[in-house]
Amino acid sequence: MPANSDPQTRSWWSANQIRLAPWLFLAPGMAFFALYVIFPIFQSFQISFYRWDGLGEARYIGLRNYEDLFDDPAFYTSLRNNVKWLLLYLLAIPGGLFIALFLNQQVRGIRLYKSLFFFPFVISQVVVGLVFAWFYNPAIGLFNPLIGMFGFSPMNILGNPNTVTYGIIAAGLWPQIAYCMILYLTGLNAVDPEQVEAARLDGAKGWKMLWYVILPQLRPATFIAVVVTVIGALRSFDMISVMTNGGPFGSSRVLAYYMFEVSLSEYGFRMGYGAAIAVILFLIMLVYIAFFLWRMWREERGY
Amino acid sequence: MKFTIKGAVAALAATTALAFPASAELTGTLRIFFNDQNPAPKEAMEGMVERFGEMHPDLNIELTLIDREANKTQIRNYLTANAPDVNGWYAGNRMRPYVAAGLFEDVSDLWDGPMGDDLASTRPALTLDGKQWGVPYSYYQWGIYFRQDIYDELGLTPATTWDEEKANCQAILDSGRKCYTIGTRFLWTAGGWFDYLNLRTHGYDFHMALTAGEVEWTDDRVRETFANWRELIDMGAFIDDHTAYTWQEAQPFMVNGDAVSYLMGNFVVAPLREAGLTDDQLGFYQFPEITPGIPMAEDAPTDTLHIPAQAQNKEAARAFLQYVASAENQTIVNETLGQLPINRNATVADDKFIQAGFEMLSNATGGIAQFFDRDTDAELASAGMEGFQEFMVMPDNLDAILNRLERVRQRVNED
Repeated sequence: MPANSDPQTRSWWSANQIRLAPWLFLAPGMAFFALYVIFPIFQSFQISFYRWDGLGEARYIGLRNYEDLFDDPAFYTSLRNNVKWLLLYLLAIPGGLFIALFLNQQVRGIRLYKSLFFFPFVISQVVVGLVFAWFYNPAIGLFNPLIGMFGFSPMNILGNPNTVTYGIIAAGLWPQIAYCMILYLTGLNAVDPEQVEAARLDGAKGWKMLWYVILPQLRPATFIAVVVTVIGALRSFDMISVMTNGGPFGSSRVLAYYMFEVSLSEYGFRMGYGAAIAVILFLIMLVYIAFFLWRMWREERGY
Repeated sequence: MKFTIKGAVAALAATTALAFPASAELTGTLRIFFNDQNPAPKEAMEGMVERFGEMHPDLNIELTLIDREANKTQIRNYLTANAPDVNGWYAGNRMRPYVAAGLFEDVSDLWDGPMGDDLASTRPALTLDGKQWGVPYSYYQWGIYFRQDIYDELGLTPATTWDEEKANCQAILDSGRKCYTIGTRFLWTAGGWFDYLNLRTHGYDFHMALTAGEVEWTDDRVRETFANWRELIDMGAFIDDHTAYTWQEAQPFMVNGDAVSYLMGNFVVAPLREAGLTDDQLGFYQFPEITPGIPMAEDAPTDTLHIPAQAQNKEAARAFLQYVASAENQTIVNETLGQLPINRNATVADDKFIQAGFEMLSNATGGIAQFFDRDTDAELASAGMEGFQEFMVMPDNLDAILNRLERVRQRVNED
């Protein structure tokens, strides 16, 4: 008897079809997520206990990589820079909000102005990095003549360990503000004009109007803006790579860049050490991911 | 013994190949990954391939040019998967990770033949664990390139001692210029300064022991080297803001006359000429003596070709490397590159700077170093050059820098 004519099997499929269908559709995504995300996470944990140059034999050394890491001044420099990035990058949110409020009006050619403000987000991070690197260049850049007009003496932004990280963050903020602006512009379209009208009748205006009437309605936009900005801050790798290569003498590294440098760059042959940095970075991000998931879960329940 | 005989036969076959092309019939495909896309090296490599192809018409040669920087990371992938038959790399300790992992073919058999005598000067640089792992095709000198016209204007002559060097520098500073241009953004340029200061302060043997990780970085002799360096830094001899510039971005200071000299490899001559400096304006001198009586040693990085262990057509690859090493080829290639041939029977190009370099390296009785990042372990190279850059900006951090380097040295030596 051919199997497909077996009434038992057919009825089992039709009975469970509805229950199984979503899992079948999810299966490819879940399989690739497991293969390319979940599995490498555990692999990183494993490699971090080894000394391995990426080519030859790996040797088990227990927690030695972590001991080295907590004894490594470059690790703390990178960690400090990560914190600077996270905090200062959030300035993109109020920045984007105010540009959005400013542009949210009906005048001739407003579409053109909006596109011009959005433009920096369209160009690649690498190009932004290059442009700013030239802008800051003490020999040929426009930055020093510019501050010179206000009576400041020339600065070597990207070559000075005290200013370099702020210089790169400023470059990164340029496209990020544009991104937040677009999020808020779409959010502002959804603001209920009747509520604004009602608030106006009640005598609200200016800051009070913004804080108590407009901002609560922009809450979903703010949430997304925070999420993408935090992710953007953690992805600062390309900017740093293009603008300074982590220099001068390692003072602009973040953890992701340091990880790349020790394990994959020109002189990097310490896969185990790189994996240990990856694990620490993962644990730090886990806090953020947990907050994000908790927040989603709470929202799904309807507060 | 088996290897030696085979090598001798192969060498014999290759040396007679020129006279009797039919005697070495090579077939199949020869895949070459070459690590430079710049115009001169590209032309040189394509010429090599063309001439070799004419000698072996049945051989199909595929040449892939890889960007110099990209090759430094891609080499790991292509040596372990889908390896070519010949690839470009560097001599010295930079071969070690691939040799240790068994990814480079042992080519000692080639070196046992007459080729070994022709290339004798670089044999140590290609030797690890008593075997040779590749064949050099070119090398170039390092030294101080300077503005002859500004020296003439100030009535200076190139220094031969450290005191003269400092006196010249003071005169240059007094004229409102900087003595040395440098761009340390990519760190290695500072490695050149350390190499020369250390070679001149303590000599070749100490330098090689230090770069091999046998001497503590906190040793007083290392501090003496840095003390000499500090004299120049405290004078303000180097251009300001050098951390922001690449080695190319540092050139305009010299072209414009804001800085007078540049410690660099000979590859700096081509861009300086292109920028408008004539051979009358541009001069070259050997890095001056610091500790009297120490034999002069030089940095002369060697560019090399290797056979990956997983190559498919090793017979053709060996024949190609032998052709690369031949005097005829090295003469043509280095004429194109504007560099020095390694084969002692090759002819050195008729160029002011190449001739000066040849003269200097022929008399380098102290020894020939590769370069800081090729003589040291990779991890120490990156930590070291980063430390040199920090020292040039904040010389007061020296203790912290040396302690850090010493920790790295100890960790590297644990293996």
